[in-house]
Amino acid sequence: MKRESNPVEHVENDGLGGIALSDVSTPGSGLVSVPALLARNVREFGASAAYREKEFGIWQAWTWAEAADEIEALALGLMTLGINPGDHVAIVGRNRPHLYWSMVAVQMTGAVPVPIYQDAVGEEIAYVLDHCKARFIIAGDQEQVDKVLEVGDRLQGLDHMVYLDARGMRKYDHAKLTQYQVLQDKGRKEGDKAALKARTDALTYDSTCVMLYTSGTTGKPKGVVLSNRNIIETSKNSADFDGLRAGDEVLAYLPMAWVGDFIFSIGQAYWAGFCVNCPESAETVMHDLREIGPTYYFAPPRVFETQLTNVMIRMEDAGRVKRWLFNTFMEHAKKVGPQLLDGKPVSAMGRFKYWLGNLFVYGPLKNTLGFSRVRVGYTAGEAIGPEIFDFYRAMGINLKQLYGQTEASVFITQQKDNEVRPDTVGTPTPGVELKIADNGEVFYRSPGVFVEYYNNAESTAGTKDSEGWVATGDAGFLEPDTGHLRIIDRAKDVGKMADGSLFAPKYVENKLKFFPNILEAVVFGNARDRCVAFINIDLTAVGNWAERNNIAYASYQELSQHPQVLETIRSHVEEVNRSVAEDEMLSGCQVHRFLVLHKELDADDGEMTRTRKVRRRIVEEKFDDLITGLYDGAAQVSTETEVTYEDGRKGSIKATLKLMDAATVPVGTMKVAAE
Amino acid sequence: MLDQTDSYVTADGRTIGGVMMEMKNITLRFGGVVAIKDISFDIREGEIRAIIGPNGAGKSSMLNVISGFYRPQEGEVWFRGKPRPQMKPYQVAQQGIARTFQNIALFEGMTVLDNVMTGRLNHMKTGMLGQALWWGKAEREESENREAVERIIDFLEIQSIRKTPVGRLPYGLKKRVELARALAAEPKLLLLDEPMAGMNVEEKEDMSRFILDVNDEFGTTIALIEHDMGVVMDLSDRVVVMDYGKKIGDGTPDEVRSNQQVIDAYLGVSHD
Repeated sequence: MKRESNPVEHVENDGLGGIALSDVSTPGSGLVSVPALLARNVREFGASAAYREKEFGIWQAWTWAEAADEIEALALGLMTLGINPGDHVAIVGRNRPHLYWSMVAVQMTGAVPVPIYQDAVGEEIAYVLDHCKARFIIAGDQEQVDKVLEVGDRLQGLDHMVYLDARGMRKYDHAKLTQYQVLQDKGRKEGDKAALKARTDALTYDSTCVMLYTSGTTGKPKGVVLSNRNIIETSKNSADFDGLRAGDEVLAYLPMAWVGDFIFSIGQAYWAGFCVNCPESAETVMHDLREIGPTYYFAPPRVFETQLTNVMIRMEDAGRVKRWLFNTFMEHAKKVGPQLLDGKPVSAMGRFKYWLGNLFVYGPLKNTLGFSRVRVGYTAGEAIGPEIFDFYRAMGINLKQLYGQTEASVFITQQKDNEVRPDTVGTPTPGVELKIADNGEVFYRSPGVFVEYYNNAESTAGTKDSEGWVATGDAGFLEPDTGHLRIIDRAKDVGKMADGSLFAPKYVENKLKFFPNILEAVVFGNARDRCVAFINIDLTAVGNWAERNNIAYASYQELSQHPQVLETIRSHVEEVNRSVAEDEMLSGCQVHRFLVLHKELDADDGEMTRTRKVRRRIVEEKFDDLITGLYDGAAQVSTETEVTYEDGRKGSIKATLKLMDAATVPVGTMKVAAE
Repeated sequence: MLDQTDSYVTADGRTIGGVMMEMKNITLRFGGVVAIKDISFDIREGEIRAIIGPNGAGKSSMLNVISGFYRPQEGEVWFRGKPRPQMKPYQVAQQGIARTFQNIALFEGMTVLDNVMTGRLNHMKTGMLGQALWWGKAEREESENREAVERIIDFLEIQSIRKTPVGRLPYGLKKRVELARALAAEPKLLLLDEPMAGMNVEEKEDMSRFILDVNDEFGTTIALIEHDMGVVMDLSDRVVVMDYGKKIGDGTPDEVRSNQQVIDAYLGVSHD
């Protein structure tokens, strides 16, 4: 029934031609809002699990019917608080079914949910709450309530707060505070069901579904308004692309304020009717992942990197037989695994050996990692190292890449099952059109394109033109023969070196970050004659190496400046230089000098966004003295850096950093001439 | 001065009840050494009572007297309006008193969960045979106790180490597990012997929050020994100060802070 009601289901998409907006604007069977999808799911999958959460050591489950009941009770409760259509309701906390219900409950009342990053500090929260004039806040626990109360006097619009976890909240003044279940009970008793139904029925395909704040790599965060059309069309297209269906399982562990989580855990989950599982706590995610064994899984490259690093570290500590098994079969898997996954022919012997390997190594390893049942796995957000990517695919995990952004309701391009490569981000998602501007910037147009930036017509106009084309801010190109999109760097970060050659820092940084020892790298060189780099070591990998080599260290800072660590990093940098030199366009981006930073770049210090992307300009200003040192040839620099602790207090760390030279490959003028 | 049964409400809205336990002229000697000399003080229902003092002041001995482990040569311990006879440790536990130790005393080879489960011992009624056979009432009882334990695990945020052997945990977490085990007994009076010794600032803040939450959520009366003056002054409702086995101060943190004898004991006095 659901399938038939989908008008674009059978439309073949050639990738670039795209589908005109008018073709997809008719929603089937009145499924014009998330609450409408919920009602459909109750009818169709009423008795199957919609949500699970591990609490008190046990997985607790709610069926679609039960979830709908909880959501309705909360919506009725919000009505008793006097919520109006169009009000903004901020939702902040860790991934819990109750907070997902809050989003839908808010939608039912005609108001707009605004999820906020739970680790945002008071200032950041204050900005968002003030910007959207949030009238209500639904908070996970005391910590979140405290953060809001701390800045509360600056928020005139704020009417009432609802909190979920009652712990530590008893002494608070409850004049403007209500506990979640208490509000639900009130809704069940006093709520006006007819009024709520009228509100829900009034929702259209163009009503606002959610407002998500961008992480703000540059400047203040912007509120991206996404309509029901944006979310539902995108969910439909992408879910059909990968054949997601009821019965799939997903683990909701990424920030609720991130567009990806909204699409996976609400958009696609409600469209396809699959189950959303919430971990017990942030620390137990890996364990819960293993228990649930999701069939649909998303993780940023960093998570895959960390897991691979952990596996490798543990293998180094394993016995000789196990190590031999692991090495032998992983070697084999790298040869035939990806072919088998893509359905390409493999010799009988190769198949048999892979089967054996699955028995001894891949199967148990996948089970340990929680990937036994993954049918569709995605990574996005950053470039993933080819070795990392291949490792997972070799084991038979269907890991793919996608490219997207908040303004597109996530999906711009994704990789088809048999066209997976580490260096591209795939072909356009059904319904998406792409074009590349003269300066290399990628533009797209799709049913998922956002409505506007809230209260910011200027930025909206600057991002989306009158024909609906949106600038991604990324520079890239379409491969002529395959139609795959390749992303080089942020368009604004792509610059020119002093001699006029192309400067693409991200390209070099990604190559550096593919080394397990390097957690983060920042390359400088715009308008300069050569490039220099900051490196962050990966404490897990380097720490383990230090332990095995009996190298004692007292702190991150000390380990980061250890001569042998610096030497290792130098060899990595030089290897990257050799690889960069091979690329004609970017050979000027070789790193001439580098240093290993004495602290990890951190979102609390403003050096990174909450989604862990480096804020290049802030890093450049903050460590100005270090950059100067790298360029004027100093052998070492003493510096003092302000750091912010997790509780918001500030301190400073002093360090003397050694500045290192790295060998570069001379770039012949011949290549330039040959062009 | 408050009467035995008077109750009052603190500035942060907690109700402190009448006297729960009273030390009357306690003197404790080990041979010729006088560890505690003629000390009297009381602990009220619902309060956080700190015992502080320099090294060797007799704080841990005092806690052992409260817990009934040491029997004072002179003086009496009154519990809920009655003098308390000499008791066996299990009888003390049955009265609703639980404690943690200065040097962690956990079962290192057992998991966190099992360690905390041992705290439920007093709440298990079935015999050894029933438990060994895992049959009928024993099974139900274990489920109930497990639920209580899971609530404490959730409360102290140690879900991620539930199945980890205690021996593999860092010091700060072991302290927390020990607190979990003490809480599992659902004590009326919780004795904490230096709950924050050897912790860094962040761990201390966490532990302080847990202690306050325990007091607040479960209404547990808490008596604690602590060295860190900042922590003590922030946490406790009343403070007893000991020095060389004698009580040199008793009162609210503010009163104690301005007490000259306390200042001398902590900062030292010049011998002139």
